[in-house]
Amino acid sequence: MTAIAPTLEAAPARRVKIPLAVILLIPITLINLIGFVAPVINLLSFSFREVQATGAMTGGSSIASWVAIVTDPFYIELLVNSILTSLLIVVLTLVCSFPIALLLHRTTGFARTVLLFVVITPLLTSAVVRTYGWIALLLDGGVINSLLSLAGLPTLKLIFNSTGVVIGLTEILMPYMILSLLAGFRRLDPRVEEAALTLGANPFQTFWRIIVPLTLPGVALGSLLCFVLAVSSFITPKLLGGGRVFLLATEIYDQAMVTLNWPLASTLAIMILIVFGGALFLYLRALRAIA
Amino acid sequence: MEDRPISLTLRIVAGIMLLFLLAPVLIVVPISFSADTYMAFPPSGWSVKWYVAIFQDPKMINAFWVSLALAVLTTVLSLAIGLPAAYVLVRLRPRGSEAMASFFTAPLLLPSIVLGLALLVVFATFGLLGTFQGFLAAHLVITLPYAVRVLSTALSTLPRAVEEAATTLGAPPLSVFFRVTLPMMRNAIVATSALAFLVSFDEVVLSLFMSGPRISTLPVEMYHHVENEADPMVAAISVLLIVLTFAVVVVVDRTAGLSRTFVK
Repeated sequence: MTAIAPTLEAAPARRVKIPLAVILLIPITLINLIGFVAPVINLLSFSFREVQATGAMTGGSSIASWVAIVTDPFYIELLVNSILTSLLIVVLTLVCSFPIALLLHRTTGFARTVLLFVVITPLLTSAVVRTYGWIALLLDGGVINSLLSLAGLPTLKLIFNSTGVVIGLTEILMPYMILSLLAGFRRLDPRVEEAALTLGANPFQTFWRIIVPLTLPGVALGSLLCFVLAVSSFITPKLLGGGRVFLLATEIYDQAMVTLNWPLASTLAIMILIVFGGALFLYLRALRAIA
Repeated sequence: MEDRPISLTLRIVAGIMLLFLLAPVLIVVPISFSADTYMAFPPSGWSVKWYVAIFQDPKMINAFWVSLALAVLTTVLSLAIGLPAAYVLVRLRPRGSEAMASFFTAPLLLPSIVLGLALLVVFATFGLLGTFQGFLAAHLVITLPYAVRVLSTALSTLPRAVEEAATTLGAPPLSVFFRVTLPMMRNAIVATSALAFLVSFDEVVLSLFMSGPRISTLPVEMYHHVENEADPMVAAISVLLIVLTFAVVVVVDRTAGLSRTFVK
């Protein structure tokens, strides 16, 4: 998100040679126009294309796709379900990530490097690999259920339902949350905590009344990022949901690659962008409220 | 900053959460050495037969070579295109540099499912689906933002004095760039290459949309394999991919620094 913008330190500007700058920027601009701007604009126009029942496009235009997703109960439920599931995942990700980020923030030297390795290696590991790991853990004959039955406990249905999707996505999004929180923790001055403790606050009060409020901007950023990633993730819900969990992103893929109804897929994709707009709006308002 | 003692509660809670974070990455290691024909835990015996099985699966091997060629070419082009862009944004600083920087990193803001669909629709029109060029173009869209970011950050922290000295002593601009600036950016170039390679090699969503019956990449083949059956072969490939990922993290740590690259 915003974290990927390059830092342009204020350097004394040399006399700008416009022609050279233009030449050097041509390749990247072309890639961005062909591979990003044009396809996205095209997507918008595609959502207004007319399709026959077979999925073939007639060449005419129509608002049928848009009518379908705002009136068909299946798509309304899909949208609501995606948003609610993603919100649950964000909350769980936050709870699981906060202690790790706090530990990282307070650690220095070699231990910090080790912790960063532990956080960043999963971040860069392919989603297919991590999802496969969760299948191995959650399957009926998988690690968790094998251990449960060895202990004489009843086994649990942990996969091919929304439980599996929530567990898997929570873990997969944790590194993003941890890194966002860590960036926000810069505001956390250990002397403020010490002052609170010296003045008689117990560790519990210090946590809720000092640490949490000061770290809210990082929490807001991490939550926005993880919500956006949860709504749009597709590999994990597809594999851990086993075709029984219907979310916006999995439906886009099915419409695009199985049903071949590209106008409807495009409309759903734009729906995701509208949800993002809403999330960004709430984030900016939250940021103003806590700043 | 003086080290404050970290409370035992925080250590324990964070420890449990770290175990949760690492669980799926760690569990594939014992499973990859299973002697069973299906996924069972604990395995009834140990063997390396699933590692051998990878090399006997022509689909996986073909997909691996496609992924490798794609990742290498994507990396080279990311540097060739990203470096001039970073140079303009940081050193020449024409009007609107900030806006251009945002524009060049914008593709990362778009979820890959939306970008994948958008590219599918356009590439279908130009017959690029299921072609190497199609994969290459799609991968460049998402590796260039990383390249521009890491290279710009490095360039902006380089001391200007050495370049200025070379210029004062009469070196032409191009020779200053190749003989002074570029060698000083060695670390950032290595880090960018490692990241671009990994992002391309691991990319699955865009590749799923781009792949056709004749060409597909390793993550796409793994995805299809897992979709149909959960045997331990994918665990063996996963272990190899995790080793590759770890190597990339080590390279980035030693060159650009993990904190500077990932914690903003």
